[in-house]
Amino acid sequence: MIHFDNVSKRYPGGFEALNQVSFRLPRGKMGYLTGHSGAGKSTLLKLIALIERPSRGQIILDGINLNHISNRQVPYVRRNIGIIFQNHHLLYDRPVFDNVAMPLVIQGYRHREIQSRVRAALDQVGLLKKEKSDPITLSGGEQQRVGIARAIVHKPSLLLADEPTGNLDPELSLEIMELFARFNQVGTSVLIASHDLDLIQHMGAQTLSLKDGRIVNDEISPNEIITGAA
Amino acid sequence: MRKGPQYNTLITAYLIHHIRVLLSSLGHLTRQPLSTMMTMAVIAIALTLPSGLYLALNNISGLSAGWDSSTKISLFLHTSVDEKKAQTLLERLRLHNEIDHVSMISKDQGLEQFKQGSGFGSALQFLEDNPLPIVLVVQPIIDTKRPDHINQLLKELENDKLVELAQLDMQWVKRLYAMLEIAHRGIWAIGSLLGLAVLLIVGNTIRLDIQNRRSEIEVSKLIGASNAFIRRPFLYTGFWYGFTGGLLAWLLTTASLYLLAEPVEKLTLLYHSDFQLNGLSFGDTMNLIMISCSLGLLGSWLAVGRHLDEIEPS
Repeated sequence: MIHFDNVSKRYPGGFEALNQVSFRLPRGKMGYLTGHSGAGKSTLLKLIALIERPSRGQIILDGINLNHISNRQVPYVRRNIGIIFQNHHLLYDRPVFDNVAMPLVIQGYRHREIQSRVRAALDQVGLLKKEKSDPITLSGGEQQRVGIARAIVHKPSLLLADEPTGNLDPELSLEIMELFARFNQVGTSVLIASHDLDLIQHMGAQTLSLKDGRIVNDEISPNEIITGAA
Repeated sequence: MRKGPQYNTLITAYLIHHIRVLLSSLGHLTRQPLSTMMTMAVIAIALTLPSGLYLALNNISGLSAGWDSSTKISLFLHTSVDEKKAQTLLERLRLHNEIDHVSMISKDQGLEQFKQGSGFGSALQFLEDNPLPIVLVVQPIIDTKRPDHINQLLKELENDKLVELAQLDMQWVKRLYAMLEIAHRGIWAIGSLLGLAVLLIVGNTIRLDIQNRRSEIEVSKLIGASNAFIRRPFLYTGFWYGFTGGLLAWLLTTASLYLLAEPVEKLTLLYHSDFQLNGLSFGDTMNLIMISCSLGLLGSWLAVGRHLDEIEPS
């Protein structure tokens, strides 16, 4: 699903966020990305979502070399990805339903289909009764789940999550992680960046650790992800 | 043909989407009624000024068309020409395609008019024979686009064997045309400037709108909205500004006309004129609204083109 080949990212100003990173996440697998803040986790996810472009190296996403994607084609690549942010990125001027419906509206789905799909997504994150609420009235955990519903409503083949549990207490964090695991079980590839090592060890999935922009082979080897190829 | 219906539903979905965006951008505008109305009012006023001036010039041109009809060429025929020959000339001139109509003042009629008009009535009775020539009064068809053609016609008529003298007050006509030409250009200049002002107003309003909806644009880009999709609501907003601004401008122009109608009527009565104040025609109104819609669209297009690319998710 994701294949990084010697990818480096140097920001204007000289800061090297990623340094010759190579790894492979096979289709339908779930992987964790760990490391301290500033280790390059967010940059790695941004490169996949084409928010940033690599300085060197190649990223193959679902068989497509992202270096060959022009700016005009970027939206169509993103439609195949569900992205979840630490700070939710919800729009507070519209109810939960409209927030979740956005990817479907963008892709031109019919009204009736939007209704059923949004309800299904909200049901999966346990917020079916909140569809008319304003996001601002929801708790942090609920807002995060609205963000997840929006990321999965169009059934993307890849889910990216950047510190999805950053602001949540351990119990809620575990709930959210188990939610991701459920999506993975129905075939979605998932890559989660998190610095919560305890939680990751509890979940027990394959892990890629970053330190100062490089992959470090510490307690869990990145080779497990690579050898996990089907 | 399996492709047909699929293709049709695609077009229908596209149209439905456009109509939905059209309406939702209108709804977006009504959510901030005060600022929306102020912007629309500014656009309307900026458009009312040139359209009002246009209307005024149109009416003055109409008025001068009335004067044009008094632009006549008097053909003084040689005294030797009798009425029969004059009549054949008159028939010939009536067929001329630059002449509206021709009338004849016979020697007797001329004398009669002279008697009444000059005050020499009794003295003229002592004349043995009528010294006046037959006069043909020619009314040319006025072509406002080429004021020179009357001059050409005048020369042509002067060269006729029967004509001794052809007379026309050209200076007057020329001056009028020159003044109308200046007024016309002036309106174009003012209109262009105010059109530019509308463009800037819409552009600036859309720019602020884009900034206010920054997070919405960012999120939309993140979940795969194409630039066209993000641009669309802003373009339609610009269209609505233009459309309602144009409609309001029409309303303001028409209302001002009604305010002027009564005093103008009084004035024309004083001049014994049958002058009629004309409002904007259907074609003029359509032009006004089309121009304002295009200005709205263009203004928003410029703003969107400049500012949408600046907003990228990070």
